Amino acid sequence: MAKSANPVARSVNAVDEWVNERAGVKDFYKKHLSEYWAPKNFNIWYFFGSLSMLVLVNQLLTGIFLTMHYKPDAELAFASVEYIMRDVEWGWLIRYMHSTGASLFFVVVYLHMFRALLYGSYKKPRELVWILGVAIFLVLMAISFMGYVLPWGQMSFWGAQVIISLFGAVPVIGPDLIEWIRGDFLVADATLTRFFALHVVALPMVLLLLVVLHLAALHEVGSNNPDGVDIKAKKDANGKPLDGVAFHPYYTIKDIFGAGVFLLIAAFIVFFWPEGGGYFLKPDNFVEADPLVTPEHIPPVWYFTAFYAILQAVPNKLAGVILMGGAVLILFLVPWLDRSPVRSIRYRGWPSKIALTLFVITFIRLSMLGVSADANIMEIRFWSILYFAFFLLMPVWTSLESTKPVPERVTT
Amino acid sequence: MKALIRCLALAALLLPMSAPLYAAKAGNLDSAGTNVFDRASLQRGASLYVQYCMGCHSMQFQRFQRLVDDLDLSEELVEEFLILGDLEITDYMMSSMPYADAVEWFGKAPPDLSLTARSRGPDWIFSFLRGYYLTETGWNNTVLENPAMPHVLWDLQGVQRAVTETVTDSDGNETTVRVGLELQREGRLSPAEFDGVVRDITAFMQYVGEPAILVRQRIGVWVLLFLSVFTFLSYLLYKEYWKDIKK
Repeated sequence: MAKSANPVARSVNAVDEWVNERAGVKDFYKKHLSEYWAPKNFNIWYFFGSLSMLVLVNQLLTGIFLTMHYKPDAELAFASVEYIMRDVEWGWLIRYMHSTGASLFFVVVYLHMFRALLYGSYKKPRELVWILGVAIFLVLMAISFMGYVLPWGQMSFWGAQVIISLFGAVPVIGPDLIEWIRGDFLVADATLTRFFALHVVALPMVLLLLVVLHLAALHEVGSNNPDGVDIKAKKDANGKPLDGVAFHPYYTIKDIFGAGVFLLIAAFIVFFWPEGGGYFLKPDNFVEADPLVTPEHIPPVWYFTAFYAILQAVPNKLAGVILMGGAVLILFLVPWLDRSPVRSIRYRGWPSKIALTLFVITFIRLSMLGVSADANIMEIRFWSILYFAFFLLMPVWTSLESTKPVPERVTT
Repeated sequence: MKALIRCLALAALLLPMSAPLYAAKAGNLDSAGTNVFDRASLQRGASLYVQYCMGCHSMQFQRFQRLVDDLDLSEELVEEFLILGDLEITDYMMSSMPYADAVEWFGKAPPDLSLTARSRGPDWIFSFLRGYYLTETGWNNTVLENPAMPHVLWDLQGVQRAVTETVTDSDGNETTVRVGLELQREGRLSPAEFDGVVRDITAFMQYVGEPAILVRQRIGVWVLLFLSVFTFLSYLLYKEYWKDIKK
C-alpha cells in the first residue's frame, strides 16, 4: 500500500496491517463478503435470511435492556413488566420491539423455510445447511416459549402448565420428568427462574452458535438460487462464477433496502398495533398469573398453533405428543424425502406445485384451527393427515413426475 | 417490485384473520367509541374514577404524578380534587378500603383496574357499566352475570329492568330470554349524558392500561417518515449498484 501523506490514514493503515497479520481479517472478509459469490438472480424470497439476522440482533439488544429492569421472581415479575411499560424511559418501546420482534421472527423464519421448499435449497450439497436451519427453528421455539412465560400473566402461567404437562405423556418417567422440568410440584417461582436463565443466557448462546454454523455451512457450498442452477459450474478466468456477484456490496446494499421495507412494517406494528389484534400480546396475559383461576381457553401463541392443532388430532395424549413432535422433526428428513432430480419448483412438474400449494394451505388452516376453542376435530384430523402426507408422499411424486430441463445459466 | 406488492396483498388478506381476541369472549358488546387522545375526556374520566370507583378499586401501577404529566393537569388541581385521604402525589392510586373488609362485604376483594382495559377491552368496560339491571334479587348485569359489584352509577343512569320474551324451542320447551333493557326510573342524567360519563371513565381506564398510548402514535409517525425516506434512498442506491448487473 502506498504511503499516504495523511497521518490519520497512515495510522489506520498501520493498525489494519497489524491486526491482519495476526487475525487474518482480510481473508475472512473476502471469504464471506467481498468474494462470496452469490447468484445474481435472488428474488424477494432471499431477503428473509438476512432479515432473520436483523430480528435476532433486535431481540438480543432489546432483551439486554429488558433484563436490566425485569425481575425473575413470581412475586415481582408481572409488576416489573408494567414498571418497564410505565416508569422506565422508553421502556414501552423496548418491550414492544421485543414482543413484536418475537412474532416477526417466526414470520421471517417461516418465509425463509418456505423459500427453501420452493427452490429445493435443502438438496445436495446443502443438506447440512437445512439441518442446522431446522435445529435453529427448534431452539427458536424453545426460546420463544420460555420468553412467553416471563411476564407471568395468566397465559404465561397456564401456557407453561399445558406445555410442560405434555412431557407427562412420556411412559414410565413422565410424572418425574414434569417435576424435574418445573423444579416444583406445580409451575411456580422455580420454573420462572430457570426459564429466565434458559431464555436469556443458555439458549441464545446455542442459537448464536447454530446461526454461525448455518452460515459457515452455507458459505462452504454456496447459495442456491431460484433456478436451482449450480453457478460454480461456469466460471471466468479468475475463478469467479459467471452468474455470481460479490455479496458485498451487491447483496448488502440490496438487503439494506429489504431491511427498510421490513422495518416500515415492524415500526407500524410497534407504534400503532403492538397487541397485534391480541395475537402478539394476548389480552389474558394482562392479568397476573393466578394458579387458582384457570382461563376458559388456553391457546398458544399464533406461531405454535399449527403444531398445537396436530396435538389435538388424536385422543391419546402420548400419540398426540408424538405426532406434534414428529410434525417438527420430520423437517429434518426433507433432503432425503425429496427424490427430484431438479431443485427449483420452476423446473418441476405439476404434482410438486400442487403439493406445495396444498401444504401452505394446510399449514395456515391448521394454525387457524389451533387457536380456536371449538375447532371441529374431524377437520383437524383431515388437515393433519394432509400435513404428514406432504412429507411422507414426497418421495413418490418427486420421483414419478416429469421435470423440465434446467438451463445451464440462471435465467433472470 | 411486483413480488413485493403480491406479498403485501397476501398479508392484507391474512389481516382480517386477526380480529381482536377479546371479542370472542363475551357476546354482543356495545362499541365504546372512546377517544383516548381527548385530554378533556381523560380529565373527566379521572375525576369520575376517583369519585365513583377508587373507593374500592385501586390502580396499583398508576401514580398520581402521571396524571399531572399526561393529562395536562396542574399539581395543585390533582392534589385538591383527585387525591383523597392521606395519599401523596408520588403515590400509586390505591383504594383505602381494607382488604379484610372488602372480602367480608363483597365476597371477594374488588379487583385492581390498572390493566382491565387491556385484558377485557374498552368495549367490555363500556358495556358492563351500562349493562346493569335490577331484578327481584338485586343487581344483575348483561356482560358479567351476577356481579359482586352493585350498580355504583345508578343515581346517574337510573334503574333499568330486563325486557324478556318467552321463546319456544324445537322441543316445545318454553324459556324466558332477555331481549333488552328498559329504563324504569330515570336517573339524574339523560341516557346520552350517561353514555358520555361511561365513555369518559372507559377512556381513562384505557389510558391507565397503557399510558404510552398517548405518545407512541405521535412518535410512530416520525419513525415511519424517517424509514420511508431511508427505504427510498436505499432503493435508489440498490438500483445504482445493480444497473450493470441487471440489464
